[in-house]
Amino acid sequence: MNATPPDGSPIDAAFVRRWLDTAATVVEREAAALTELDSPIGDADHGTNMRRGFVAARTAVEQEPPDTPGAVLVAVGRQLISTVGGASGPLYGTLLRRAGKQLGDEPAVSAAQFRDALRAGVDGVAQLGGAAPGDKTMLDALFPAVDAMSKALDGGSGTADALAAAAAAADEGAVATTPLRARKGRASYLGERSIGHQDPGATSAALLVTAFADTAREAGA
Amino acid sequence: MTGSPAPLVGVVLVSHSAAVARAVAELSANLTGGASEVPVAPAGGGPDGGLGTSSDLIAAAARSVDRGAGVAVLADLGSAVLTVKALLADDELPAGSRLVDAPFLEGAVAAVVSASAGADIDAVAAAAGEAYDYRKG
Repeated sequence: MNATPPDGSPIDAAFVRRWLDTAATVVEREAAALTELDSPIGDADHGTNMRRGFVAARTAVEQEPPDTPGAVLVAVGRQLISTVGGASGPLYGTLLRRAGKQLGDEPAVSAAQFRDALRAGVDGVAQLGGAAPGDKTMLDALFPAVDAMSKALDGGSGTADALAAAAAAADEGAVATTPLRARKGRASYLGERSIGHQDPGATSAALLVTAFADTAREAGA
Repeated sequence: MTGSPAPLVGVVLVSHSAAVARAVAELSANLTGGASEVPVAPAGGGPDGGLGTSSDLIAAAARSVDRGAGVAVLADLGSAVLTVKALLADDELPAGSRLVDAPFLEGAVAAVVSASAGADIDAVAAAAGEAYDYRKG
């Protein structure tokens, strides 16, 4: 990892497929914990929904592996929209499809291009859900993640280090949702009672970003 | 109206609950005063058949009521609204489909009654949206 080139290794379709594999495994492992977080302030289905979505996405991509990173992201997004069944489906689906479209048909992209695509995806989530930072949503993990990745890349970090910085920021952002009062979704109906619980969406967002960091680290990117 | 009847606007009712979508569709259709055709379709419940939202059910429902005059889609909450928006953003619903900003039950009745009477998509959307103005106390 010390040998990471300044601009990092390119991100290709195989990289994104390995991310999907890692993400699906992590979602499976954390499904019960996500559902538990979703019990006091949500409808206790986030883990189940995410697991169903990622199992379907992994199966679809294994059966017909797209050959560009953008196409893998679009395929995963499409599967999440049609199989998750909760708000995280269209939200993560929009994130990944928007990011995938931004990457276009490039067979491999730089970390900076990938960061730009993630930013476009996160902006798409904000637009779709109408949420802002501090509303106790997945955006409270996603915005800091993209900002941290940007900062790391601007400072000369490689792909793996930049994604590690994104993962750390996403985690921190997720933890920081605990004292917030929810302003979107079912949790917002609880008003003050939503305070004191970590947001399940921000938590799963941090898991997905961490899966990118793990994929890059394992690849030595 | 004389001559060959213009195609009717379709109405799709998206609820987290299959029972709610079906019942609201039935209630709306029953309030049309015996219109010969009532192009309304429920799209309730999630991909696993439980509570939730299924994009496949929504797309199928929209296709089933699409007569070429547009499809007004009403949704109840959260993921139902977001899924419809995500489908529209990627042109995965029939041309002329739109999410109508309206209360679910009252809006559905207004949309279905006006659609059955031959209103165009703008008028159907307006009728559904006006249901927000109906005060009960």
